[in-house]
This record gives sequence, C-alpha cells and structure tokens, in this order.
Amino acid sequence: MPRPSPFYSRTAALCESHSWQEWSGFLSANMYELHHLREYYAIRTAAALIDISPLYKYLVHGRDALKLLNRVMTRDIARCAVGQVLYTPWCDEHGRIIDDGTVTQLAPGRYRVTAADPSLRWFEDNATGLQVQIDDISDSLAALALQGPLAGEILQQAAGPALAQLKYFRHASAAIAGMDVSITRTGYTGDLGYELFADPADAERLWDALMEAGQPRLLRAAGQLALDMVRIEAGLLLVAVDFISSKKTVFDVQKSTPYELGLGWTVMLEKGNFVGRAALAAERERGAAWATVGLDVQWDSLEQIYKRYGMPIHLPETAWGNAVPVYSDEVQIGRATSGTWSPLLKKYVVLARIQPQYAKPGTPVCMEATVEAQRHMTAARVTALPFYNPPHKRA
Amino acid sequence: MAETFDALIVGAGHNGLVAASYLARAGKRVLVLEQQPQVGGAAVTEELFPGFRFSSVAEGTGRLVAHVAADLQLHKHGLKLLPIDALLTAALPAGGRLSFYSDTARTAAEIARHSKADAARWPDFCAAMQCLAAVVARLMMLIPPALPAPSGRDLLELLKLVAPARRLNRKQLGDLVRTLPMPVSDMLDEWFECDALKAALAVDGVHGVSLGPRQAGTAFVWLLALAAGQVPAFAAASQLQGGVGALTQALAKAATSMGAQLRLNAAVQQVVVKAGRAAGVVLASGEEISAQVVISNADPRTTFQRLLDPLEVDPVFLRSTGTIKYRGCSARMHLALSGVPRFAFDATARIRIAPSINYIEQASDAAKYGTWSQQPWLDVTLPTLADATLAPPGQHVLSIHAQYAPYHLRSQDWDTQRATLGSAILSTLAQFAPDVPQLVLHSQVLTPLDLERNYGLPEGSATHGEMTLDQALHMRPIPDCAQYRTPIKQLYLCGAGTHPGGGCTGINGHNAARQVLRDWG
Repeated sequence: MPRPSPFYSRTAALCESHSWQEWSGFLSANMYELHHLREYYAIRTAAALIDISPLYKYLVHGRDALKLLNRVMTRDIARCAVGQVLYTPWCDEHGRIIDDGTVTQLAPGRYRVTAADPSLRWFEDNATGLQVQIDDISDSLAALALQGPLAGEILQQAAGPALAQLKYFRHASAAIAGMDVSITRTGYTGDLGYELFADPADAERLWDALMEAGQPRLLRAAGQLALDMVRIEAGLLLVAVDFISSKKTVFDVQKSTPYELGLGWTVMLEKGNFVGRAALAAERERGAAWATVGLDVQWDSLEQIYKRYGMPIHLPETAWGNAVPVYSDEVQIGRATSGTWSPLLKKYVVLARIQPQYAKPGTPVCMEATVEAQRHMTAARVTALPFYNPPHKRA
Repeated sequence: MAETFDALIVGAGHNGLVAASYLARAGKRVLVLEQQPQVGGAAVTEELFPGFRFSSVAEGTGRLVAHVAADLQLHKHGLKLLPIDALLTAALPAGGRLSFYSDTARTAAEIARHSKADAARWPDFCAAMQCLAAVVARLMMLIPPALPAPSGRDLLELLKLVAPARRLNRKQLGDLVRTLPMPVSDMLDEWFECDALKAALAVDGVHGVSLGPRQAGTAFVWLLALAAGQVPAFAAASQLQGGVGALTQALAKAATSMGAQLRLNAAVQQVVVKAGRAAGVVLASGEEISAQVVISNADPRTTFQRLLDPLEVDPVFLRSTGTIKYRGCSARMHLALSGVPRFAFDATARIRIAPSINYIEQASDAAKYGTWSQQPWLDVTLPTLADATLAPPGQHVLSIHAQYAPYHLRSQDWDTQRATLGSAILSTLAQFAPDVPQLVLHSQVLTPLDLERNYGLPEGSATHGEMTLDQALHMRPIPDCAQYRTPIKQLYLCGAGTHPGGGCTGINGHNAARQVLRDWG
C-alpha cells in the first residue's frame, strides 16, 4: 500500500476528489477538486504548490564526489559551481538513458542529486574504486514545488526579499517561519518556479506557511493531472511515458539516447570519459536515429474528421501518454508519445519521436486519431520545443 | 628517450614469465615488471628462517604441462627434478597408511591391504580417469570460446577438441558430462568401497575451494586437477630441487634467454588507458613506460579494480568483476625442524591427513559457518628428505597445507586467530607424528589474510578466484573476459584467474601469449 508523504495531512484535507495515484510508493493526489482545470490555471496564471516528496534524493560527498558525478552524468558537473543546479540525464554503457534529474552543489564537494527512479545501486556501482559517500536522503527530505508566475512573490513573502535574487537554476538556503529550507529555482512546469527541500518534521508547518503567504495571490495545491499538462506544454519528457529507462527494459528497441530525446545539448563529449561516452560519440558521428519534436495538431483537420460523424471535436480532458503512430505520406515515420489540449495556448500539443529528416519545424505530418473507435489521420505540423516558454521562467 | 616495448607484463609469476617467454620468442620486445625483489609471485622458495627455505605458497606438485616445458627447455636453465618413490601416503589412524605409486600394480597391491575389491578396480579407475583427463587436458589448452556468440575462430579452436573426444566412446563421453557437476564423493562411491582410499583421492576435489567433498561440482575440480597433473596420486614421480621457486627461477632465465627483459622492485601503480586502449603503465615511482600491449599477471579483481582508473572501465563490467568468488579457505604452515619427525611410514612422499570422507566433510562444515576447522585435513611435505639444499645439514623443513581456514570469519579476525590455528594444525599433525612439536625450531602460519597481504592473493585465493565449475572454461574469470582479452583493448590477462585456473601449469601464460600474438595479426 502506498505510504503517505510528509504533507499528507494537508494534501488529504484538500483532496475533495479522493483521486490518488501511486508515485514511487507514495500516495500522490491526481487532482484536488473534481476537475483539474483550476489547478492547471493556477500553475500558469498564479501559483501552485505541488508535493514532490516522492522524488528520489541522494547526497554525494567525499574526495571523489565530482569524479563520480562526472563519470555518471552526461553533463560536465565540474561546471556546476557551488550554489548552482544542473539538469542532466545519465546513461548506461551503451549511451542509453537510465534516468534524468538535477545536480545541486550545496557546498564545496557536496552534491544533491534528484532522480525519478531509485538510483543508489547504479551510483554505487560506478563508485567502485572511488572515495565517495552516497547517502540516500529520499526519506529525510520533504520536497515541495512552488510553481507559477506569482511563485517568486509568494516565496519572497514567505522567505524574505533576498530570494528575489535567486536566479534560474541556482540554489539558496533560507528560513521560512523559522525552518531551514533549501531552495532551488527549478521545476517541471516550464514556468517561474522553485523546489523546496526541508526536514519532514517541518513539512506541515512549511506547507501552512507557504499557503498563508500565497493566499492573497490565489496559491492552490495542484496534483498530477495539471502537472502532466503543463510539462507537455513545456516540452519536458516523462520517464516511462515519453521514453523508457534502459534499466526498465531488456529490449534495445525500447531504449533511447539523449540525442534521440532532444537532449544532445546535455552530452559533453569533451569533458573526459564517462559512462556511455564511446557510444554517444559514435552516435553523434553518424547522427541520431530519432528526433524528438513537438506536433501542433491542426484543428481544422481534426474538425473535418469529427464532422463526418456529425460531432464537434471532443478532446481528452487530461494529458494522454499512450503512443500512437505518426505518418508522412501514409508511411509511418515515428510515434507520438504524449499529448494534451493546452487551454492556455488553445492548441492540441503533442510530443513525438520521429525520423530526423522530418524534424524541421513546419514539416506537415499526420498523427493517428481515433474517433468513435475508427482510425483516422489528422494533420499536424512539426514544432520546435517547448510549446510554452514564458520570459518569466528565466527572468 | 625512454625505451618503448611491444608488451609489458605486470607481475613475474610463473604465468607472466611463460607469457613473456612466448612473446619474446615471437620477436616481441617484452618487459616484465615485478614489485617484489624476486620473481615467482606465489611460486617462490623463500628463506623464512635463516638457513631454512620453503615453498611458501604454491607447492611443487604441478609441473608445467609437457608442451610448455618442452618449448621453454627449462632443464637447460637449471631446473632439476629429483626422483621420489611414493607419490602420496595417506596417514591412517593407529599407524595405518595407504601409499600411491606411479606403478598401478604396486598401488593396487597397497590398496589390497584395505580392500581386495577396490584393488581389483584400481587399474580400471586409472584407465577411465586418464581417458577423461586427456580430454580435459585438451580443453585446458584451448582459448575458450566467447559464448553464447562464438566467433568463427572460436569454432575452429573448438575443432581441436574433436580428435580427443572421438577417442572416447559414447558411454565415456556421457560419463564425462555426467561427472563434471557431481560431488567428488559420489564419483568415488561409484568405484570404491574403502573410505580411506576415497578420502585420499577426494581431497583433490576440494583442494583450494571452500566446498566439501559431498558438494556438487567437486568432481570437476578433481578432474581439472588430474588433467593439470595436480592430483598427487597420479602426478609425476619427482620433486623440484630447490622448491617451487626453482621453477620460476628457471622460467625467468628462459624468458631472458629469449630476449625478454625483467625488472624487479618495480611495482605497477596503474595501467595507462588512452581512448579505451591500454598504452603502458605508471610505476609506483612515477615512471611511465609505454607499450603496445599490457598483460596482467595479477588477479582479475586487482587488475580491474586497482590497476585501472575506474573512469576507464565500464561500470557494469566493473561490478561483475566484484562478484568473482575468491573465497580463499586454506592456510599454510611452515616448520623448521631439528630432525626428521617419526611417522609410522616413510615420509618422503606427500603425506595426507584426511582419513575419511566424513573427516573432510566435517572439516568443511567450519568454512560453511565462517569458522576454521579444529580438525583440518592436511597435506604435509618434507622436501628435505629428498633435497638437502633446503635446510642446514641434519635439519629439515616441513610445509603444511591446511583446510578449511576461510578468509571471511564470522565473528573473529585472523590476526587474533593465527596462533590458535597454528596450534590446531600442529596437534592434528602430532596425532600421526607425536614428536613433531619437540622438533620445531621455528614456525610460521600463513592465514588467508597473510596470503592476501604478503603475496597479493585477494582473500587468500592462490588460484586468483575459486576453481569452481561456474568460474571455469568460458566463464573464467567472468564470461565478459574469458579469452584473455579484457574490455580495455590491448589489455590482457594471463594469471591464474583465467582459464584453466590455478596450479603451476603455465597454460594460462601460454594461452594468453597465443591470444596476444593472434590479435597482433
């Protein structure tokens, strides 16, 4: 049975829908109200509080901490200054992605790593012969994401005006209502946002303090369904949906490399040897087999299909994540891996993995759409990612 | 300008020296680097006490296989063999004995004193086992195939097995396949009734492994030992003059005579890897020596986990090297004696104190539970009876292999247990030669921990990894590097951790050199 997170007493009290899902062994709210749309709009137009305690967290320290991280991660962790955060994937020895997360240098030689899946064994396997300590701190840190255009103002209200100086992908220690909180300006929404890490004993008071500070700015709790919509708008991939961890399948065809997932910018071949480097260098040389792109599904085309049934367009209300084929001239060129109606952009946005020769923005393609249990092809246009990238994300 | 070499060999153990000889003979410029002040690795004769010289780790049972010995012409480099009469004498309670000789009929007559039926079966047993051993011996000379996806060359190599295997009839072939996973006690039960006979033979199925004679796979260990010439009851009727160190001294001379260079006191700190290929080594002194090929005589764990920058080794592979079972489980004890101990029989042959299968099995129970045997089985040698050069006149050296003394103790540590283990070994021996304790001038106990510390044998495993069926053939040391090659290009293994395992056969070095030369093109 899933266990409650440190914020459970607060999230449960708000969860009118009683709709929960399991996330890494924890109960995680799908939506708090009977519909998730207000939570979506909170993230995009005000601010939302999301319980992200189920993330796996590790503390890496000791003489060879940097050496280990640079061995495992594809990015050059030597370039992560104290107080800086880097997003990075990590790969197996064949250059296929295992997982991704963030690395924060909390203090000289002390790094916190976040991960979607349990990673201790992989990190420890890689630590053979190195002097490094890896602590699984997943259960000793409660974590909250405070996301949305008003998140900065709320955080300054709660933690002091100094937080206004906290730049994108930087870390700061602060006090909220007398509690020590470790704050990074990161998130999974593509909006202005912060992630806060605190002692689980302080979790409920931290929640209350933020809710109180956020109340005038319409801060509300948001669940997984709203989060799934905004992460697609932001072009952020979800493990086990848009790609499969190479540790979770034995079939090579189901594995992906950073280049195939549009994460080539995270692969630092020049930094020295790291796990998967040889395979990734070879892949860069010959070119990736797949490109990850956005698809903008053409409304008119979809409307034409529905018209044949005498129906108006009916789109799923939540994001979907079951792959469907993508075609060019009736030849399949790839797959769409997840998609959602974007209420903000007024677009049907889809993440897709297609053959690279079709990846140029503007290329017309078709995506399978099922209407009344019959298959059709709806027109879509290839788009660069992300779909939504507001200036206040980085400002 | 520093000299450059074609091949560097890390460690001057017997396999390193054999590999060096073959490569030098093929015209390669070879440098052997040894961290100790003498060559030999675990095959050394050492003056542990003034005037007393011992085969401190490996014993002189094994000979290089005939083919390698002939290639290297060790007799020209000072290797002398001293003839001995009996090969092995099993010491039995109440002054009893059972001796084995090269002459089958003579051994049968000796067995007849214990069992007429077994004596009658002995010649058939010898013939059957020699037949199986001949196939295993051919198997040992092969470079194992890369399974499950053998290359064309692997298949050609396997063809070499066809001829010896065809000498077996279907029944014998079936017997071979059936025998490998058996417990050695079951294998012997099918032949003999006499417990003393079975015990004297069964020891070689558990020698150096942490298993008891009733555990599966020990028949394979026995057959492999037989094929390697390491089962004393079937070994050559000779003893190395000067102990086992004489073998490696002769090998060093053979290697240098073929043009290999040798540097002592040169500890290799790291194997240099550039772009996934071994490019040379760095010595502890900081000196860097480059070469086209590096061949490690060290065990696989040391090679991959200590001699390489972990950043250069694939993590999954590195992890798999951590799962190699070493599990050293035997101790050595060396005694300097003021005279010849009084055994109830002639003591020139190796003396085996393992009077019954149950005795060995009970000794192995200790290892199972993480303690050492209070009543270990012992292999005792008194080489000075045939070779007076090893001790001052009138005095003697006696060496004991005692099992089981597992490296991993459950709740004790070897630094506090060393002395009590020594007493237990001595009192076990004294049951068969009561005057031994009075004759002892000096003594030394080498626990598995000492073997690790002093001789670089991880967990005290003299065979660089336990010699069990799951770590043999194409799975030795692990399937990913069982062809003497490693995931690091131009880095090879040649030590006992490779096929066909431990014992002073020289086959590992021979096969590794063959693979290196084959890859050279």
